[in-house]
This record gives sequence, C-alpha cells and structure tokens, in this order.
Amino acid sequence: MAGKPKARAGGAPVGRRAMLGMLGAGAAGLAAAPSLQRGWEGFLGAASQIDATGLTGLLPNPGGFRYYSVVGSVPHKDETNYELQVGGLVERPKAYTLGELRAMPQTRVVHDVVCTDGWRVEKTPFEGVKLADILDDAGVRSAGAAIRFTCFDGAYSESLTLEQARRSDVLVALNMQDKPITHEHGGPVRLFVAPMYFYKSAKWLSGISVTDKVVPGYWEERGYAVDGWLDGADRHSDAA
Amino acid sequence: MRSTAGSTAPTGTATRPEHDGRVRRFSTAERIVHRATGYLMLLCLVSAACLYLAPLAQLVGRRHLMVTVHEWSGISLPLPSLLGLFSSAFRADLRRLNRFAVYDRQWLRAVRRRRTSPEARPAGKFNAGQKLYAGWIAGAVPVMMFTGLLMWFMGLLPFISRTSAIFVHDVLAWAITIVLLGHMRRAFEDPEARLGMRTGYVSRSWAQRHHSRWLGEGHASDVSEKADQA
Repeated sequence: MAGKPKARAGGAPVGRRAMLGMLGAGAAGLAAAPSLQRGWEGFLGAASQIDATGLTGLLPNPGGFRYYSVVGSVPHKDETNYELQVGGLVERPKAYTLGELRAMPQTRVVHDVVCTDGWRVEKTPFEGVKLADILDDAGVRSAGAAIRFTCFDGAYSESLTLEQARRSDVLVALNMQDKPITHEHGGPVRLFVAPMYFYKSAKWLSGISVTDKVVPGYWEERGYAVDGWLDGADRHSDAA
Repeated sequence: MRSTAGSTAPTGTATRPEHDGRVRRFSTAERIVHRATGYLMLLCLVSAACLYLAPLAQLVGRRHLMVTVHEWSGISLPLPSLLGLFSSAFRADLRRLNRFAVYDRQWLRAVRRRRTSPEARPAGKFNAGQKLYAGWIAGAVPVMMFTGLLMWFMGLLPFISRTSAIFVHDVLAWAITIVLLGHMRRAFEDPEARLGMRTGYVSRSWAQRHHSRWLGEGHASDVSEKADQA
C-alpha cells in the first residue's frame, strides 16, 4: 500500500474505517440475526409482562399484533349495521347479520399468526364459523372454483381457491383471544386462514363471492404470492 | 430560509455581509447535496414511522402509498452524494472527513473528559465527531438499502431469511434515528453552523473558535490533496 506518505499528509483514514466497520457490523448482524432475534424475543416477552408503558411495543419484533390498513380511515361496524354478503356462483345468495353468524355452530382454531413483516403471535385462538359451512349453506355451483373476499374498508380484497376455502382451519372469525374482535384487529368479522401468512386473513370482512377462477387480492396485485402458505404448512391436509 | 447572510448571527460585528469578515465554508453544490439528502432522509423516516408506529399507522393508514414513499426515498438517499462527486469542493471535504489528525484524538479525549470549551476541542474544518458521524452514516445507509431491498424483492437472496433482514433493518433504523436526533440537536445549538450550511459563509471569529485548525490548513491540505491524487 502507498499509505505512508498519505498518512503523514492527512492522518489515518478513520472515516473510511467507521464506514467499513458499520458495513461489517451490518453483515455480522445479518449472519447472527436468527440467534440474536431468539434472545431478543425472549427478553421482550419477559419485559412486556412488566411493562406498563407499552414502550416495548415500539422495539423491533415486539410481541403482539401491529396495525395495518391500506386506506386512510375505516368505518366502524357493529350488530346494528354489519352485514356479510355471500354471492357469486352460488344457488342461494344470502346476507348474514352479526347475530346470525353468532347463532351458527362455532369452531375454535389455535394457530401462530405470522406476518410477512417479521412479527409473530404464537398460539392465538380464533373462534367463528367455518367458511366451509357458509359455502355449504349457499350451495356452490359447479362452475365455482375460487373465492373472492371484499372488505368494508372499501379497498382490501383477498382470494382463496375453493379447495383452500373448504379447509377446517379457515374461519369467518368473530372472536380472537377469547374476546369479540375489536375494530383495530378487523372486527367485528374477519377472515382467519390459519395455514397462511396473515395478509391472507382479510380484516373487516363484508363480502364472500364465489368466482370461476382466482382473482388476485390487494397485496397480491402488488407482488405478494397468491398462495400465502406458511413455511412448513401442510398444504393438502383438511385436518387442522 | 431566505434570511440574508449574518442576519441571525449573534454579534454585531459578525453581521456585516462583507466578505473580509466571512469565510466561505460550503459551496453551492455541497449545500444542495446536504439539503437534498436531508429532505430524502426526513421523507424516509416519516414514512417509516407511519408504517411502524401503531398510533401513526392507525391515523394515516394508506399502507401502499407509505410503502412506496419509503422505498423510493430510501433507494434515492445516496444519489445526492453520488452526484456531489462531480464537485471538487465536495470531494475535498470528503477527504477532510476521512482523515484523522492528531488534534482529532485530542478532541475525542476532551469529549470523554466532558471538557466543553472550544480551546479544549481543537478541530480542522470538521471536528472528530463530524468525521465519525459522516463515516458511520455512510456505512449505515448501504446496510439499510441492502436489507430494505431484501424485503422489497422477496427471495432475492434465498439464503438470507426475510426475518433476518427485517431484524437488522429495524435495529439499525432506531440507531440512525437516535444518531440523527443528535446531529440535529448539535445544529440547533449552534446558529452560526446552521448559517454556514444555509448561506455557505461563516464568521471568521466562529471559524477560529470552533475550527481553529481549519483556516491555517491552506497549504497543508493542498499538499495532501496532491498526495492523494498521485
């Protein structure tokens, strides 16, 4: 290296070292991330138990859910004005009120919630009506091959194939963590597709329409996979 | 932003616009680079906050718009500096930021001993803190871009999990936020330093007090620049 005369003239290249050091730390951070993250999650899990301020929620990968919405504001709905429209390629189109959904047989599914953005909420219980029951009620016509879900935020949509929709771990969910689903979490009614990433579980569900082919949903038109299987999900099992 | 040179300077003698009392600190190109980088960084951080902080996310929503603003402001963050390389004044200042002199170590010692007087903290055109900050942020931004691109284009490098990229991106985002707040706090504490970045000129007395080894460097730096190019 021709570093000597330079070093005398200008001093040690500490700026460059700081930059390379940071780049190295970034690479090391990526390599060590899986183990660092496990320790971090353990620490946060313990800390959030005694944290009254909620500040742990701001830290990377906090326990618990994060709020996502694709629109500016979402109308609030409850027993008085909520309606779930079922239509498309069905024999008997129908609109369900919240009370009617609550009166149907309820199924409980406990599964990890995993977001593509890296957060995860373990063993979260959801309760509601099996999507398969609602489809049987309406009677899917032979041309029906997929489901399109729409939401009362006015923008979000999702999709499933008919085979996916009939799984017993796919719910039209009314309760989450043993409480009615709040507005922030997509209440009063949201979809819960247990074996897939959480963007498939549309919030503020207001429409179920049977289609002859899969119509990509909101994020799917923006680059997300149409089939949002979790790693290790049993893709063909009907048993949840 | 349109105040004239010296209008916010603290002393009467420094408010004279004559060039004999003012020293050229930054060229127009350098100030444009700084301002463009600052605005892009602000856009990047504000959109990040709207995606990441629950109360803001609930207030703003519009997730796809926020994602788009965040991605493009982030990816263009190095552009002003890269374009700045066409300016010789900018390149000369990069060399100054890179090289650590003996008095820079003295400056760091003074910081550790909490000695705040300008006499205890000798500095060239940039002090040791500014040099370390510049080097660190120049390393941190590429790391953010790399991990950000991994999240943007899923499956770009399958051997790095998206979760790992997000973890590094999140942790470093907080580090950058804290360091940037420090950077801005220093600027707010020193009106003459802000004036230098806004107008390009500072008072000679300020330069002599806070950057005592700068004005005398003339010949020495010419020598080092020639040595660098050789």
